[in-house]
Amino acid sequence: MRRRLSYLTLLAVAFFSIFPLYYSVVVASRHNSALAEVPPPLLPGGNFFANVARVFDTVPFAMALLNSFLVAGSIAVAVMFFSTLAGFAFAKLSFRGKNILLLITVATMMVPAQLGIIPLYMLMVKIEWTGSMYALVVPALVNAFGVFFMTQYLSRALPTELLEAGRVDGATTWRLFWHVVLPTARPAAAVLGMLTFMSAWNDYFWPLVVLTPENPTVQVALSTLASGYVNDYVLGLAGTAVGTLPLILVFILLGKQIIGGIMQGAVKG
Amino acid sequence: MATLQATARRRHRRLVRHTLDLKLSPYAYIAPFFLLFCAFGVFPLIFTAWVSLHEWTLTSDVHTFIGAENFTTLLGDGYFWNATFNTFSIGIISTVPQLVLAIWLAHLLNRPLRAQTFFRITLLVPNVTSVVAVVVIFSQLFGRDYGLINWMLSWFGIDGVAWAEGTATSHVAISAMIMWRWTGYNALIFLAAMQAVPKELYEAATLDGASNLTQLRKITIPMIKPTIVFVVTVSTIGAMQILAEPLLFGAGSGAGGITSGGPDHQFQTLALYVYDLGFNKFDFGYASAASWVMFLFVVLAAGVNYLLTRRMGGAFK
Repeated sequence: MRRRLSYLTLLAVAFFSIFPLYYSVVVASRHNSALAEVPPPLLPGGNFFANVARVFDTVPFAMALLNSFLVAGSIAVAVMFFSTLAGFAFAKLSFRGKNILLLITVATMMVPAQLGIIPLYMLMVKIEWTGSMYALVVPALVNAFGVFFMTQYLSRALPTELLEAGRVDGATTWRLFWHVVLPTARPAAAVLGMLTFMSAWNDYFWPLVVLTPENPTVQVALSTLASGYVNDYVLGLAGTAVGTLPLILVFILLGKQIIGGIMQGAVKG
Repeated sequence: MATLQATARRRHRRLVRHTLDLKLSPYAYIAPFFLLFCAFGVFPLIFTAWVSLHEWTLTSDVHTFIGAENFTTLLGDGYFWNATFNTFSIGIISTVPQLVLAIWLAHLLNRPLRAQTFFRITLLVPNVTSVVAVVVIFSQLFGRDYGLINWMLSWFGIDGVAWAEGTATSHVAISAMIMWRWTGYNALIFLAAMQAVPKELYEAATLDGASNLTQLRKITIPMIKPTIVFVVTVSTIGAMQILAEPLLFGAGSGAGGITSGGPDHQFQTLALYVYDLGFNKFDFGYASAASWVMFLFVVLAAGVNYLLTRRMGGAFK
């Protein structure tokens, strides 16, 4: 009985988690006039592709998709690389000040970075990166979460004997990193890469501040769609469907690994 | 002889290189993170303090030093206090029920159930939905005339709630978006912690006849307290910085006033207020002052909640 109640509750939560997305597709596939119907439409209509075409006519959406793809892709690759590098140092190398530096790294996750956004913007104006993808990619090349995540994984998964054996054979630290650490780190780095890609793809505030509507990322283009003078829900939701649903589908396919990663990263002190 | 010397020198050089490699490589490997954090994290925060002491706008190259004037103006600024109220109001409405629900969901998932992966993935789907998408979708759901939520409320005789227009209703709508996006994520974090609790504790409690709810209160919550403290602290910091939701809700709900958080500033949060000052009015000096006061609030709120959750009862250590 109690178990059945658990299932019912979880099913209800699953329903509430999925339904808004489903309904967004319903609206995105209708004509604006259908929204005024009572009861509201609950099944998809046949207007989806016409609405999507309208999205591409209203904002530079192809460019936005390309920008987002390049930005999120390069950030993900860089974060995977630099986090593994720093994680290797924190997990397996000995150096003075290691513990305090790791503590600082973790503590920086708590710093509300949004508060520095005005000087950051002024800095970007100074070095003429406003409107350019550099302003998105360079500050995001590595982050504390990634470093911490890889440190945790490598201190568990990388056998110290393997490194010592390499040392005895005369391998430099860099060779060890390249030939021993990187192969070991691959599964965790892949999860980190996916998490990073998703959060970079979804990032909104900083791109909104530093980019222009003419050269946007997907999220900036979507917000342009949503803040038109006329309230065109169908247009906004059609854009949302193209700009975010593919990512959600990929997540559902790879979800098991990603969730494992999140839950592992979550277990702290 | 000469060759012997050469060998010794070579060996010496190799030793030096080896020592350098051992000593310096670790620092080189962690350097990218620290360099980047200093340039794009620490420097802006400190520079904010400097800017806040000046009359500093985008359009003028003259930055007059005015001491604490920005701060004194700010403390007399009704919109600032309004934004402070809204931030705390939305923060509480969105975070408290969310964390309670998250612990409960984690508790439900923390037992042998079928379709674990399915439930976990669906819990996390809202979190991988971008905030822009969330607000666009929910603005439609919360629409006054054709929104699904008002349609359902009309079954109960409640008609035409103008969600975006009222203070309380707009706070509820925005909190609903935040809850939808974050409850599942936090539930999984709690679940991860719960799985580390030794199963014997539950077995013993079951033998003693402790009910499910008692087990949750007496075993699970005390055992995962470090995680609760962590999640509460992080959620507080996040809640104090809510920006995208009110910004886009103002844009998409048709209520007007995009950076003002509604025409009457009814859902303008502190972060949105700073954004309005900085990137709508381009008054960098004043915006920086507001940023610093907001920073103070973040530290205060996070500190208070950290202490509160830590002191919260708990028999186990």
